[in-house]
Amino acid sequence: MSTEAVEPASKIDLAAVGGGGGEIPQFDITLRVRRYNPEVSEEAEWEDFTLTMFGTDRVLDALHKVKWEHDGSLSFRRSCAHGICGSDAMRINGRNRLACKTLLKDLDTSKPITVEAIKGLPVEKDLIVDMEPFFQSYREIMPFLVSKGHEPSGERYQSPEDRERYDDTTKCILCAACTSSCPVFWTDGQYFGPAAIVNAHRFIFDSRDDAGDMRLEILNDKEGVWRCRTTFNCTEACPRGIQVTKAIAEVKQAVLARSM
Amino acid sequence: MQVHKYDVVIVGAGGAGMRAAIESGQRAHTAVLTKLYPTRSHTGAAQGGMCAALANVEEDNWEWHTFDTIKGGDYLVDQDAAEIMAKEAIDAVLDLEKMGLPFNRTPEGKIDQRRFGGHTRDHGKAPVRRACYAADRTGHMILQTLYQNCVKHNVEFYNEYYALDLLTVEEEATREDGSTYLQKRVAGVVSYDLATGELHVFQAKSVVFASGGAGKVFKTTSNAHTLTGDGMGIAFRRGIPLEDMEFVQFHPTGLAGLGILLSEAARGEGGILRNSEGERFMERYAPTIKDLAPRDIVARSMANEVREGRGCGPDKDYVLLDLTHLEPAHIDAKLPDITEFARTYLGVEPYTEPVPVFPTAHYVMGGVPTNIQGEVHQDNDHTIPGLYAAGEVACVSVHGSNRLGTNSLLDINVFGKRAGTYAAEYAKTADFVDLPENPLVETQALLDNVRQADGTERIAAIRKDLQDTMDANMQVFRTGDTIKKAVKDIEGLRERYANISIQDKGKRFNLDLLEAVELGFLLDLAEVMSVSALGREESRGGHFREDFPDRDDERFMKHSMVYKDETAEMQGIKGLRFDTKPVTFTRYQPMERKY
Repeated sequence: MSTEAVEPASKIDLAAVGGGGGEIPQFDITLRVRRYNPEVSEEAEWEDFTLTMFGTDRVLDALHKVKWEHDGSLSFRRSCAHGICGSDAMRINGRNRLACKTLLKDLDTSKPITVEAIKGLPVEKDLIVDMEPFFQSYREIMPFLVSKGHEPSGERYQSPEDRERYDDTTKCILCAACTSSCPVFWTDGQYFGPAAIVNAHRFIFDSRDDAGDMRLEILNDKEGVWRCRTTFNCTEACPRGIQVTKAIAEVKQAVLARSM
Repeated sequence: MQVHKYDVVIVGAGGAGMRAAIESGQRAHTAVLTKLYPTRSHTGAAQGGMCAALANVEEDNWEWHTFDTIKGGDYLVDQDAAEIMAKEAIDAVLDLEKMGLPFNRTPEGKIDQRRFGGHTRDHGKAPVRRACYAADRTGHMILQTLYQNCVKHNVEFYNEYYALDLLTVEEEATREDGSTYLQKRVAGVVSYDLATGELHVFQAKSVVFASGGAGKVFKTTSNAHTLTGDGMGIAFRRGIPLEDMEFVQFHPTGLAGLGILLSEAARGEGGILRNSEGERFMERYAPTIKDLAPRDIVARSMANEVREGRGCGPDKDYVLLDLTHLEPAHIDAKLPDITEFARTYLGVEPYTEPVPVFPTAHYVMGGVPTNIQGEVHQDNDHTIPGLYAAGEVACVSVHGSNRLGTNSLLDINVFGKRAGTYAAEYAKTADFVDLPENPLVETQALLDNVRQADGTERIAAIRKDLQDTMDANMQVFRTGDTIKKAVKDIEGLRERYANISIQDKGKRFNLDLLEAVELGFLLDLAEVMSVSALGREESRGGHFREDFPDRDDERFMKHSMVYKDETAEMQGIKGLRFDTKPVTFTRYQPMERKY
């Protein structure tokens, strides 16, 4: 829907709207990192680093400062550094977040900031976990559009309302923050987990898709949606703001509606 | 030594690599190597859209798109390639829709389209709605959709496998006139498994490079930490030329001080740029299409405002992107992610406050030269059978000296598909080339040297100094003197690079080691960019020389080609050989570029 924007004024008084910016404060932090390297020791241990950081810095900047200036062996995944690639989900002060989206100034810097690998997946080294079980669950829910009948020869239409129906779950970046915050997943690695259900939701509620029944069948399994205990950890953990628990509830309802 | 055999090996799992894999995987035994996980690739960071002349919301056609692409690239575009891209754009969008991509829709349910910089109606008369989009996460949706379809087609991925070398052999071949030359042929790829530290050989009939760009040469960049130009660097070290490397795009609207991208869609949806006087300054620089002028022009205009003292903030070093006249509901619907970035990283509320922005290194127009089938050139006259490249690593050249916004998502889809198709078709008819006798010897030596080095220099310090000099001397405005300074600094950094040490000596997930290897690629590419820039004594597209402010078609309407050659010298730098390649013209004669 293209709405014509108001033509802006050629000149405005900036003092009236104000512009961002100003002096950037500087402060010291203690970063307490859970270290693990089976090449060195089978035991994991905490290690503290004292760092001088800026008000615009994120936890990822602090990790880079350690790696680049103090200890090059500290290992973690990262790529885009602004919350879209999903590489750097980790447990920061006991909560799952993306290191690149967590500003240090938003944490309590008077105490050590703890950083450890996400839970429920095998730790490989420091903050790096084995992601394969996570992607395995994702692949099992048929995360692709299945449309039966003839392929349209031209453009296929979808109403804005139908498109809106599954908008929220298309935002998923597969960072695993939700799945690895789920207490059910911690104790039962067989559970599909929130991320796989979110990605099933994305297709089940897409009007163009014809395989919803098959996905509901898969998720009606004993390791499927019924394992969810509605603790909302996943919704709180999602760095993309997806209403994960709501999506799971909608899938549960769809399973029930189907069996009637 | 672990050897894998595939018909086709694709290096990189971003948009180009996975689009290639979908074609190749259905035709031939295919493997995809990626240094990340596929969904971590930087295609996912693209925001605004993908242009195709669907004409869903207003009159448009692919000939206008072709013209805009060529004019946008300041006529250094190979026009045959631009025609193919604009023409195949329409099917490329419809293909993605069929694969499931959730485009935004018009009230009738058609794919919606919006305005973008440099895309115009009827050869520059006014901005046109050509960009198909999914909110401001179009790249994310393309990356996810392509990965979903790779899962559907059981594409085989090797995740966190870094490509470190291309295996080629040379055979004597005869030209039509009876003279002989050395024909390169591709035998495979050497790859490093991050988890174990083991080297693997992937023998292949066809290899497709789709490894992305090299934005980390600069400090202020929209690019991911992992965009270190590995594919370009590997090809270059194997004697393959790099084309037009002096042309780097600086995206106008990076978050000030951080470089994080704020999509041009912000201006496509009605946002405008203002200086410290509150003035919409683009009215002066591009009277017809104003804030929707191509990126090179907008970035230079912004830098000029700052230079002339009309910058904002305590250090007067940025300008403002003003969205405050747009409805908050419109912003939420069309630009949710980028406004969230402004809130998260700068604490600015775009509904009510303008957002501080400044140009950020965004895209390398140059790269590994290919023809329109995606086949890589070993020189102007010969391609390398079985070797393909697509996406930012490649230079086909559809972007010339300045890429238009949205044309990169288009490029990866059109030429990714072509490269994957042609690579698989070639593999069906070809035999494996025998591997060199010791395929790992050079890669092993490279890694051993880094691991055992006991110098005093830190990788991060050298990389920072490289990025600082490139930002200071090779950014939006360049002169002979600044470029020479960059070249000299890079020479010094090379000496320091010979005196490094790393701290992680282990085999398991040794990213310390790989950052050192990546820095080697960055140094090579920064040198090629700078030396190419020194030679081009004119201003064209993204390359602006204050000492040569005009375009000079007489001397420079040609592509730069730089080869690694120990026996040669270029601009006083030993080890580089310079050549040029003619630009392909079809129907558009160069004109003065005004908007």
